[in-house]
Amino acid sequence: MDLKTLSFLVVGATFALYIYIAIRSRAVSTKEFYVAGTGVHPVLNGMATGADWMSAASFISMAGLIAFNGYDASVYLMGWTGGYCLLAMLLAPYLRKHGKFTVPAFIGDRYYSNTARLVAVFCLIVASLTYVIGQMKGIGVAFSRFLEVDFATGLVAGMVIVFIYAVLGGMKGVTNTQIAQYCVLIFAYTVPAIFISLQLTGNPIPQLGLGSDMLGSTTSLLDKLDGTLLDLGFKEYTIQKGSTINMVLLTLSLMIGTAGLPHVITRFFTVPRVRDARSSAGWALVFIALLYTTAPAVGAMARLNLVSTIQTGEIGAADGNLQYEERPSWFKKWEATGLLQFEDKNNDGRIQYYGPGLDEQAESFGWEGNEMVKVDRDIMVLANPEIANLPNWVIALVAAGGIAAALSTAAGLLLAISSAISHDVLKSTFMPNLTDKAELKAGRIAMAGAILVSGYLGLNPPGFAAQVVALAFGLAASSLFPALMMGIFSKRMNKAGAVAGMLTGIGSTLLYIFWFKGFLFIQSTAIMADTADNWLFGISTGSFGAVGALLNFIVAFIVSNMTEAPPREIRVMVENLRVPMGAGDAVDH
Amino acid sequence: MSENSAAQYWKANIRLVIGCLVVWFIVSYGCGILFVDALNNVRLGGYKLGFWFAQQGSIYTFVALIFFYASRMNKLDKKFKVGEE
Repeated sequence: MDLKTLSFLVVGATFALYIYIAIRSRAVSTKEFYVAGTGVHPVLNGMATGADWMSAASFISMAGLIAFNGYDASVYLMGWTGGYCLLAMLLAPYLRKHGKFTVPAFIGDRYYSNTARLVAVFCLIVASLTYVIGQMKGIGVAFSRFLEVDFATGLVAGMVIVFIYAVLGGMKGVTNTQIAQYCVLIFAYTVPAIFISLQLTGNPIPQLGLGSDMLGSTTSLLDKLDGTLLDLGFKEYTIQKGSTINMVLLTLSLMIGTAGLPHVITRFFTVPRVRDARSSAGWALVFIALLYTTAPAVGAMARLNLVSTIQTGEIGAADGNLQYEERPSWFKKWEATGLLQFEDKNNDGRIQYYGPGLDEQAESFGWEGNEMVKVDRDIMVLANPEIANLPNWVIALVAAGGIAAALSTAAGLLLAISSAISHDVLKSTFMPNLTDKAELKAGRIAMAGAILVSGYLGLNPPGFAAQVVALAFGLAASSLFPALMMGIFSKRMNKAGAVAGMLTGIGSTLLYIFWFKGFLFIQSTAIMADTADNWLFGISTGSFGAVGALLNFIVAFIVSNMTEAPPREIRVMVENLRVPMGAGDAVDH
Repeated sequence: MSENSAAQYWKANIRLVIGCLVVWFIVSYGCGILFVDALNNVRLGGYKLGFWFAQQGSIYTFVALIFFYASRMNKLDKKFKVGEE
């Protein structure tokens, strides 16, 4: 059976599985799952949160960024896991105690204001929409490869599937489906990693393989990779290449963004008790860490395999490089998508791949520049099993995992956007007489609009999938996290302070991002080129969320101290939030 | 529950959170970023230690921290009788 057919079969089979489970557990749910107060067990809730959480950014994109940036990509690893500590210690138990269903609803209650609620809805929509753009990029990459078409066509196919999937929507909310998605996802991610780790180091556990010696050698894998890259004129893999301030701020931005993203927070409303909200965050992180500690091994090993596929012999030897005509089939498949490009600059029929450090020497070899002129980072995880010559079923499995990761998160975010518009904005604020049917219709229209906008912007995304998603985290970090945290930890924080803070945070961060990435991410409208020389204090657009959050805290503090203290019942409400005793039943999800 | 013991419970909670966040900061921003070069002189198998903290160790510590925090909070809930049972 050829790879294409096999991929369709495996992807189709996993989808059939999700739908089957969704339908089956719905029938059971009235009796067993959603009996008031029962809720979802923290371990299972953690697993479902893991599936919700790990999107195209984690699955498809992150290891590719690690492969090409080495140590510097640690920001994604630490940032997207460390946020769970903040979530468990600063937000989840208290929001669970409050017992409201959505983040804007909590903000509206705590700041006794519909304005605050609407501002929170706006922040939620901006962050979620940016997040979906990143997913669209990942979906486009996955579909273009498996339909063997160019990126744009793949993206359009993906948009159609996302729309169908999100409209079927309800099944997203079923915890059992998410548990199945997690299992497919983690299996698809770890199986190739185990194979490759075995091939290279003889150690089946990728986390240990990355720290082991190469098979049949006394050089460790990372030393070998450092050495190989250095020989080819690249920077060493394990050393820092960017600035320390950006590493710190980007990590911080991703961490507090994690704790401020609405679709993750809502998961903690479904656990039975306040104490379960704490441990559930721990379990979620266990399941997430399984993928996140494997990713560095996937990245490093993929880079090593990529280099040794092209540099088959001695550097500079006449027959040391891969002949273009003999390139493996995965090269050809990815070339068809336009995401991988070669250019035979010196017309020797062979591919040379090297970095700026080798430029001088390269001339003496008769090389005329790096010939792998384009390699999209987002293709690495999907290409990885092919690079390592793994069997076709593994390749098909990775496709299924990647598509599941991207679709589930995209659908979840689209549902959050559509319900925010139809429920929080229309029904609760502007059109209280809206019928349920009209509300549903408005939600669908909002969803279709969001898919079109994000798909269009995903065509020319402001970065690789994980980088776009990082921008979304910056936006959430700068706006929602401070408002939520101060709502719990400060009894003095009032309506005016919170609203001013949120507007300052999201306003400054959006302005900074648009300044360099273009208004609404349309690159031609950028005011300055997105390069380190132009950045304020050398702070990159992705890292700015942490600065926005700081501005949010400062402005909120000043404004709140200049205006009237919140009413007494709000102080009582905050005191009440802080103790688990007397928590209501779990909310259906 | 008296107002006084509620205040004490909250104080104990804050102290615990700060303690946990200090560790959180040290393993990620400290070992993983700020002091990474110094730690890289030490080896952990084939890993340089700073690199290991940035790509493996910090994540394991985060997991342990949350469970530590959750179990200590359960004890505090019992001690101050503010738990749900």
